[in-house]
Amino acid sequence: MINTEKIRKDFPILSEKVNGNDLVYLDNAATSHKPKEVINSLVEYYEKYNSNVHRGVHTLSIKATDEFEKARKSVQKFINAKNSNEIIFTRNASESLNLIAYSWGKENIKSGDEIFITPFEHHSNIVPWQMLCKENEAILRYFPIDNNGDIDIDKFSKEISNKTKMVSITHMSNVLGTVLPIDKIIELAKKYNATTVVDACQSVPHMPVDVQKIDSDFLCFSGHKMLGPTGIGVLHGKEDILNNMSPFLYGGDMISSVTYEDSKWNDLPYKFEAGTPNIADSIGLGVACEYLSNVGMDNIWEHEMELGQYAVDQISKLENFQILGNKSKELRGGVVSFIHDSIHPHDIGSLLDGFGIAIRTGHHCAMPLVRSYGVVAASRASFYLYNKKEEIDKLIDGLKKVEEFFK
Amino acid sequence: MRELSDFDEMYQEVIIDHYKNPRNKAKLTSFTNETLSHNPFCGDEIELQLFIEDGVISNVSVDGRGCAISQSSGSLLSETILGKTIDQAKIDNNSMRSLLKDEDLDDKHLDSLADSTMIEGVKKFPVRIKCALLSWSALSDILNNY
Repeated sequence: MINTEKIRKDFPILSEKVNGNDLVYLDNAATSHKPKEVINSLVEYYEKYNSNVHRGVHTLSIKATDEFEKARKSVQKFINAKNSNEIIFTRNASESLNLIAYSWGKENIKSGDEIFITPFEHHSNIVPWQMLCKENEAILRYFPIDNNGDIDIDKFSKEISNKTKMVSITHMSNVLGTVLPIDKIIELAKKYNATTVVDACQSVPHMPVDVQKIDSDFLCFSGHKMLGPTGIGVLHGKEDILNNMSPFLYGGDMISSVTYEDSKWNDLPYKFEAGTPNIADSIGLGVACEYLSNVGMDNIWEHEMELGQYAVDQISKLENFQILGNKSKELRGGVVSFIHDSIHPHDIGSLLDGFGIAIRTGHHCAMPLVRSYGVVAASRASFYLYNKKEEIDKLIDGLKKVEEFFK
Repeated sequence: MRELSDFDEMYQEVIIDHYKNPRNKAKLTSFTNETLSHNPFCGDEIELQLFIEDGVISNVSVDGRGCAISQSSGSLLSETILGKTIDQAKIDNNSMRSLLKDEDLDDKHLDSLADSTMIEGVKKFPVRIKCALLSWSALSDILNNY
């Protein structure tokens, strides 16, 4: 159990009023709020030891480098990576996925090879592979789906083959809240020596994730969805794979020596971190990891599953609303998407905003998936550790008022 | 900061009425111009058909799917431009854009827009202005050829 009321006090924005109402923030799958500790860590860096990393001998530079590398270690510990040099700081998960596509993909995906992704992916885990396949004349394939709308593992086991060079899957759908059976998928991929990528944007912030246990080759996530600042993301890769890859971007910090004719690459992780990194936000992300660990990822996941199920139950009671995806508890986190028989999501979103309730409306950056439900847009409520059941009650009240309005 | 009354202003009774009972929705059996306008961010669509004869819009059909703002705006547009000359419809189109940018409009221009001015409430909601202009963009597509 987690103490929501105590946690809420750590988040200054939660005491803001929106349109005269208490803020009810249910758009956490888009981005999360930041606790005071994270905000303070950014201010502290800029006020007390702002300096560049890895290149100075003066006191501030040494302190900045220490804190920056400490943040890397916090992230390493948070996802239980084997070494801290397997943690590459990027701008966000999209950049992490692009890094894999450009650096690993271009060299390893050949004409006729296959890449498997699921129909549940965010655009950021579709578009880089579409482009790579077009350029390298490879084939992009989608996981088969069973009658319940879930991944059909048996069918997939017959479709995967030696031609499959990569399997890239979301850990949890940002639209449906469904948790994918990544253990089984990765096990199957390994049998065929396919390289595995996990888009963990919706899992790392919300549940315990152990990259050694998952045994993925690459795993990506964004800092801003896990109480950290915007502009900082992570790529985790296995050391031997990263070592064999060419750099993604060239410039300062990523080289060990440069002559007028040629250059040698720096060691991991710096080979993939060209230029001055996002020092402040990396430090902020490290603090966010510590904050989440102190609350306990098991506790957070349990809390969110409960909220997710409560929201599913309550929305299901409303006559004209329909929930997208699987309704069972075991497979769902704190993300619920829904549609109304006749009222458009944007009208629902605008009116709820009038009551101070923030939800996401639209295609959630997963156009093909939302379209597969026969709609072009849906409403989504997504929860985090600071949300409470009373806020879901307010959402339900708001939805009833919206219906009344359009009667 | 917005007030709750701003939401009532956006979703006025006239707007809800046009959303629920769209005017001039039936497809035309004969038309001179046809265009489809859509907003890729929300999937809203407006299909506009005009019958233009001797420089006058003598028949109009607006069909589509989407939010209350985009669809009611289309219905209101159909009433505003029906029977108008191309030149006047172009003036109305410019007036509509000025209205939503909160620019001053004289009575002559406002009168010509007729009930289409009722959509004005969206200007306090910048993200929804695109919805209100979807049908007017469709009209531009056609009138730009004249």
